[in-house]
Amino acid sequence: MASAAGSGEMTIGFLPLVDACLPILAREHGFAEAEGLSLRLVRDMSWATVLDRLLYGHSDAAHLVAPLAIATTLGRGRPAQPLSVPFVLGLNGNAVTMRPDLARTVNPAGGLGDPAAVGAALRAHVAATDRALRFGVVHRYSSHNYMLRYWLAACGVKPDADVEITTVAPPFCADALECGDVDAICVGEPWNSVAVERGAGEIVLATAQIWRRGVEKVLAFREPVMEARRTQAEALVRALRKAGEHFVDPANLEANAAILARTEYLDGDATLIRRAISDRLLLREGGELLHYPDFMFQHREAANFPWVSQAEWLYSQMVRWDGLAFDSGDARKAARVFRPDIYRSALLGTGDPLPGASSKVEGSLAGPTSVSMQQGIITMESNSFFDGKPFDPELLEAYIAEQRGA
Amino acid sequence: MRIAIVDESASRAAVIREGLAAVEGCEIFVVTERRGLVARIGEIAPDIVLMDLGNPSRDVLEEYFAVSRVLGRPIAMFVDESDEESIAASVDAGVSSYVVDGLAPHRIRPILDLAVRRFNAFARLEADLAEAKGKLAEREVVDKAKRILMDSRGFSEPQAYSELRKTAMKQGKRIADIAEAVVTAHQLMGGK
Repeated sequence: MASAAGSGEMTIGFLPLVDACLPILAREHGFAEAEGLSLRLVRDMSWATVLDRLLYGHSDAAHLVAPLAIATTLGRGRPAQPLSVPFVLGLNGNAVTMRPDLARTVNPAGGLGDPAAVGAALRAHVAATDRALRFGVVHRYSSHNYMLRYWLAACGVKPDADVEITTVAPPFCADALECGDVDAICVGEPWNSVAVERGAGEIVLATAQIWRRGVEKVLAFREPVMEARRTQAEALVRALRKAGEHFVDPANLEANAAILARTEYLDGDATLIRRAISDRLLLREGGELLHYPDFMFQHREAANFPWVSQAEWLYSQMVRWDGLAFDSGDARKAARVFRPDIYRSALLGTGDPLPGASSKVEGSLAGPTSVSMQQGIITMESNSFFDGKPFDPELLEAYIAEQRGA
Repeated sequence: MRIAIVDESASRAAVIREGLAAVEGCEIFVVTERRGLVARIGEIAPDIVLMDLGNPSRDVLEEYFAVSRVLGRPIAMFVDESDEESIAASVDAGVSSYVVDGLAPHRIRPILDLAVRRFNAFARLEADLAEAKGKLAEREVVDKAKRILMDSRGFSEPQAYSELRKTAMKQGKRIADIAEAVVTAHQLMGGK
């Protein structure tokens, strides 16, 4: 059950995925306790249930796929309930894994493919084949779905028309590939690795190649709960930042992988988890481990800062793929889900870097750039989309119109 | 009215089916298999779907319902805002319900209430079973401890038991806890 407003107890719902790491480590390493919080973590097996628990007060906050926080606020699929996101739990960390024969057709050179080249080969393959390929994603309102669709569409493969995209629960992705229910999956770790280990698939792309700094999971509260428990929410933001610092320190890899692997958390293989959290991927069965830096992105460059422009990009993709009309009221509601003001007030005076702006042109940096700061210093590295097109939130409506016309 | 119960636990599904059998004019279908779930639901064409919250296929089914809207058979999660309490009770019990568009809430509620009661009853049954199992395990460990005391100190069985009981009372602990300690200590000392 969720806890009373003044108490330091806080219940957080999560799915067994490596990017649930920060709340888990905040609890296990005492960062939450040091902030006066006692965290209880509740594991579920579907996003629907994580969300139900949040909406009906079984939990105070939840590990959530970012677009689902926007969809819930806008009332997509159920009555609208405004959510607030004071903290982004991580960027990227997903991969596209294909049936081995398909992987070799569209990415003959092996290795992580070049997104444009793989896309072009896929387009040719789709045009030459009668049967529509099926891609599995973990949820219709997931970053996986939006990144995959962005990539396909930009390569001239029309989602829903040229290829099917369907939902597959992460633990069953390897099964679905193996028995031919789907030809490819876009999922987080350790589920790509599980498919590779079983010989059911080969990793072809990392989503970090599609959008170098793509928003992935968020920490979501119901807006009224956020208001009532603002003090604890800010304490949690600080504890999660500390957990992130610990998480990205290579000295702690082994210990953190072992914690995440436990029955009550991911209940998984510590070796596969260690691989994922150190940005190492086994692309095909019997191959060599590949180090792909920033495959998961949990801490640097104020990675957890909830940029309003990220929420707006997600809204643009929701309009695009749900076939909605642009609505400036909805766009405002969507933008308001991400709460940089809470992140700022939680960390002001701690020495943790705080950007000067709360919104940015996504995908505008091709290389390291210093940005203006409210506090501290950071250098932002490339955050490009693979097709080089930036997203300027000031031009949201035009961006949507352009994609619709493409 | 066609009701589909989606639950990977066949025994719980049976308990719910039995409860709903009392409702007049209902045809009940139980789906326990994960594979082919969406196709099976399509064949059943249910008016109501009851699904346990722990089911990993919920996102898959919700996606199907969202798409089926396009197919002209809208089905959505039952969220009647006039009846928050009953929905909250169903989430507490661990069941979610999806209802075909246009079904009157007064027809849904009795079914949902029944499902909730059955889910709760099943949870109680499971708790009782776990408790019974625990008691059985306790009895075993007490027996083991008695045997250790009989062998090592030459006690009779009643003497061994009374020794355990006295120690438990002295230390303010349960007999099973003392027995557990005896067994553990014995194992540490190399006993079998």
